[in-house]
Amino acid sequence: MMVPEDRLEARSSDRSAETESIAWRRKDLLGIAELSVAEIELILATAESFTEVAHRAVKKVPTLRGKTVVNLFFEPSTRTRVSFEIAAQRLSADVVNFSTSGSSQSKGETLRDTTHNIASMFPDFVVVRHAHHGVPAMLARELACGVVNAGDGSHEHPTQALLDALTIRRRKGRIAGLTVALVGDIAHSRVARSNIHLLTRLGAHVRVAGPRTMVPAAIASLGVEVCYTIEEAVAGADVIVMLRLQLERQRSVLFPSLGEYAALFGLNPARLALASPDAIVLHPGPMNRGVEITSEVADGPHSAILEQVGQGVAVRMAVLYLLASARRPSA
Amino acid sequence: MKRILLAGGRLIDPAQGIDGDFDLLLADGIVARVAAPGILAQIAKAAGDDLEIVELAGKVVCPGLIDIHVHLREPGQEAKETVATGVAAAVAGGFTAVACMANTLPANDSGWVTSVIVRAAERAALARVFPIGAVSKGLEGKELAPMGAMVAAGAVAVSDDGRPVSNAELMRRALEYAQHFGIPVIQHAQDLDLSGDGVMHEGEWSARSGMPGIPGLAEDVMVARDLLLVEETGGRYHLAHMSTARATGLVRAAKSRGLRVTCEATPHHLLLTDRAVVEAGFDAQFKMNPPLRADRDREALLAALVDGTVDAIASDHAPHTSDEKCFEFELAPFGILGLETTLAVCLEHLVRPGHLALAKLIELLTCGPARVLGLPGGTLAPGSPADVTVIDLERRSTIEPRSFRSKSRNTPFGGWPVTGGAVLTIVGGKVVFRLAAVAS
Repeated sequence: MMVPEDRLEARSSDRSAETESIAWRRKDLLGIAELSVAEIELILATAESFTEVAHRAVKKVPTLRGKTVVNLFFEPSTRTRVSFEIAAQRLSADVVNFSTSGSSQSKGETLRDTTHNIASMFPDFVVVRHAHHGVPAMLARELACGVVNAGDGSHEHPTQALLDALTIRRRKGRIAGLTVALVGDIAHSRVARSNIHLLTRLGAHVRVAGPRTMVPAAIASLGVEVCYTIEEAVAGADVIVMLRLQLERQRSVLFPSLGEYAALFGLNPARLALASPDAIVLHPGPMNRGVEITSEVADGPHSAILEQVGQGVAVRMAVLYLLASARRPSA
Repeated sequence: MKRILLAGGRLIDPAQGIDGDFDLLLADGIVARVAAPGILAQIAKAAGDDLEIVELAGKVVCPGLIDIHVHLREPGQEAKETVATGVAAAVAGGFTAVACMANTLPANDSGWVTSVIVRAAERAALARVFPIGAVSKGLEGKELAPMGAMVAAGAVAVSDDGRPVSNAELMRRALEYAQHFGIPVIQHAQDLDLSGDGVMHEGEWSARSGMPGIPGLAEDVMVARDLLLVEETGGRYHLAHMSTARATGLVRAAKSRGLRVTCEATPHHLLLTDRAVVEAGFDAQFKMNPPLRADRDREALLAALVDGTVDAIASDHAPHTSDEKCFEFELAPFGILGLETTLAVCLEHLVRPGHLALAKLIELLTCGPARVLGLPGGTLAPGSPADVTVIDLERRSTIEPRSFRSKSRNTPFGGWPVTGGAVLTIVGGKVVFRLAAVAS
């Protein structure tokens, strides 16, 4: 069940005592909505400890030796798949990539059949991306192995939100009390939704902004401040997350042209100057330079975009590691 | 023909304003007499020996229930349902008559297809089946289907249900032309541009989950347009599965202006909301069109039921195979079953908590729908068809999809505990469903 709990109340991110006391119990990571603050903190703390692996001469730990990770991507993706692949390999797991465009239905195979085929190969983890909401949850119900949601429809992209949080915390030292602006197609963005769940839960003040056609008023029920200009959203902000405009998915009725979108909602140096002087800028990638973000900002001193990519590997290692720990016989 | 005496029950016949202890004698396929307890037994026994006396102390005897919105899937989609399995489900749920929608394969857009359905129903010989013809040829929303031929073959209304009549001129012409036959045009009111690729109600829960939404506005806009066309043409219009608060207001106002408008509500829109979709983890058993709406819509619909704006409860019984329903929520087909759950869930969740009087529920399932489509029945006045449903208000059970007589299993009500349901169903004086507990 994916019923979001009430997350309107701001909470402190300083939960280290609690973090140490909890053990990971979930078989799957399907979304941020169902995670407790303690679980989020545990993932972030674990990811923090994995960040140093990237700087070793031998970038490998033996944790998942003999385990098989299947990357099941029903939607095109390069960086998320590669990030999961590197994460699994650094944990010494064997990785199989299975990519197919379109849904299982287009091949005349039901999702259930696809699932059972995968189950017969006895993977230990399935990392799944799918154009339709809820597919990772369906797989998780059917499969004994661990399932990680690598993005489903407009629903959630939990590891992206976690790597954003890790990046913010490493740069800012905290999340509670920060003002974070999420700008773009809020209605259709799984990154926005996972980020809203995570950042509000850790006590950030979250603003969302975008054209009215892309910002449903009901999103306020998730405890965010709804703005309709980028200026309003970024004013005094500590963190600005620019969402990728999904050019391939947009229906022209939502906005008239890329040029107009860039003019009204693109992040440029003038708008960035409205934010806090030490604001950082994030983008989940791949960027449409000149549309939602100008190159001066993307490549400028406030940008933490490349750091995000690095933290992505650490976060995905942490997720696979924790899911494996839940599956081990209790120590 | 054998006569049946239904003795000792509580007779509720809203069409006649009756709610009291009366016996009922059925003979020659019609209601022969209604009288105070005990009188008929003497007379009937004296008249001959081909008499079955059914003792119904503690039970409710009412006119046979009528569901004016079902999909029987025959011809063409017999893996989901057939006329025979559909009417078996109907009588098990207490329904003695159903009106079936035209979105078969081929569509019921000709007298010939109407006849196929009528003949299949005659062979099944359980519930009465009243076909609804298509508004447009092939349900394509372009050219009028031959209403005259379909009515001659037994059609009682026209509808492109499953698809809205989007073209305003076609709706105007259908409202005009249908008046030659005295039949209503039934609309699945939905602006397809506004509903887009939505799969659940657009609102708080779609925003929270990111699932593509179908705004209530899609229904409101179409209802508002249609009511203007009704006003202009003087046509007879029936709004299928009304689901939004605004639509209830529009229909209420139209009725008060004297327009010839009727509407129906489904049990699922009266009992469930979009929150249930999320709580069920996006199980496609909760996917139907119109979608489960917000709680304020559900409350407005219930208010419209109580104040008489709603003319009938109809199930929109829409069978789909388990293979189809196990797809991803966004890809699974819209629609759920209703014939075997409607009476029980309405008794349990509308009547028992006091939202709706029992007699009002029976009205919405009998004379209400009969008036909408101008059907025989819906009352037990002497001379009416001997279509009777006997309800046990105390019978406890659990809704168990595996034991449905329908060919399909797609229901969000599986596992619901219910108190009350049909125990005996009689069509044309013949017992077509009887639980073992009801002996003669």
